[in-house]
Amino acid sequence: MTAPSVVVFDYGFGNIRSAERALTRAGAEVEITRDFDTALNADGLLVPGVGAFAACMAGLRAARGDWVIGRRLAGGRPVLGICVGMQILFARGIEHGVESEGLDEWPGTVGPLTADVVPHMGWNTVTTPAGSSLFAGLSAEDRFYFVHSYAVADWELEAHNEALSAPLVTWATHGAPFVAAVENGPLSATQFHPEKSGDAGAQLLKNWIETL
Amino acid sequence: MSLAVRVIPCLDVDAGRVVKGVNFQNLRDAGDPVEMAKVYDAEGADELTFLDITASSGNRETTYDVVRRTAEQVFIPLTVGGGVRTTDDVDRLLRAGADKVGVNTAAIARPELIGEIAERFGSQVLVLSVDARRCPEGTVTDSGFEVTTHGGRRGTGIDAVEWAERAAGLGAGEILLNSMDADGTKDGYDTAMIAQVRKRVSIPVIASGGAGRLDHFPPAVAAGADAVLAASVFHFGDLRIGEVKATLRAAGHPVR
Repeated sequence: MTAPSVVVFDYGFGNIRSAERALTRAGAEVEITRDFDTALNADGLLVPGVGAFAACMAGLRAARGDWVIGRRLAGGRPVLGICVGMQILFARGIEHGVESEGLDEWPGTVGPLTADVVPHMGWNTVTTPAGSSLFAGLSAEDRFYFVHSYAVADWELEAHNEALSAPLVTWATHGAPFVAAVENGPLSATQFHPEKSGDAGAQLLKNWIETL
Repeated sequence: MSLAVRVIPCLDVDAGRVVKGVNFQNLRDAGDPVEMAKVYDAEGADELTFLDITASSGNRETTYDVVRRTAEQVFIPLTVGGGVRTTDDVDRLLRAGADKVGVNTAAIARPELIGEIAERFGSQVLVLSVDARRCPEGTVTDSGFEVTTHGGRRGTGIDAVEWAERAAGLGAGEILLNSMDADGTKDGYDTAMIAQVRKRVSIPVIASGGAGRLDHFPPAVAAGADAVLAASVFHFGDLRIGEVKATLRAAGHPVR
């Protein structure tokens, strides 16, 4: 069996080398590129992202990443967003009072964290719903590495169609609860950095690669 | 459950080699930062910090190579500081595989650098190192602490607590607060200084300088540190990361 191919989408944001190495360690054949067809046809697409929501969205659009993601999801092809790469999947982000449009794959707003110390920087635990495949083999004691000042505090998507399975939402708490990960058919995302989360992160990436 | 207190070993790196080493068992080369990084990772370090003390800027390539090789083999966050003067320096370190970059003297000379880095790469990459000491005779600041340069040998007269607050406002993502009085003494962290900075900034504070015994760590956290950094006690094998974490846990602080 050949290793699943994963493209780390290179649009100028995120520590893509770390993502590449962590995915390789977890068993994928990894390529870093922004080439449209390569990104479209890979078994999995990883969308990294750090920094500002608006800047990432602008960079993503400039690299036609919004198209790549949309086309892949329309065809049921897996996409994994990480950190700001997760945030831009929501409807909008509000930074410094300025609202920016996201990809709107999920309703909801990325807003400032409300906690005594921000950024939320370091290792935190998560609460995962039953049936998660991303967190298979991981326990409530496992910690993941977070670095962010913004998050989604309210999950607004309700499943109205019983034929579709409801998205699985994983939560973490820093000051208040926020969305730490989502598994929604071909579209998955984590607010934390699995590529920097030691063995727990490696397990999560391995779980994702196994679904490809 | 809540955010874990981070335990961060720091390695001084000179021209690609670890300065002053101890031979850990099963370690092929204690002078190789990559090998040391792997040991610390295996022992449960939450992050790693490399302080590049290479004097000659001609040897920078060696540093980038060390960062590159470390990031290939260690899957926890890596901060690299020392000699960072421009956003291009930051860019090169991030490209090599650093997750965060420590900035110190260059930001004192030109505070706008903080905003420039934050704007280009995001605040989360920027760790502002503050080498601070209690004001000596003849120097007065509101907090009683001043910023130093040249490894603590030169005072600047700048209030260390105000500087930390200003840097946070300019876009620093984190403060590495190094007590030059406590550094090397193994007498414990300067908890009064930590508490003052904690009161004035809402970004994470890393306590540094003075760790000598296990019971030095919980007071630093109680004073408001989000993370504790130490170099020599880990480096010479006096303390192990696991012991520090067990001590913090016993004191009621969450650890990974």
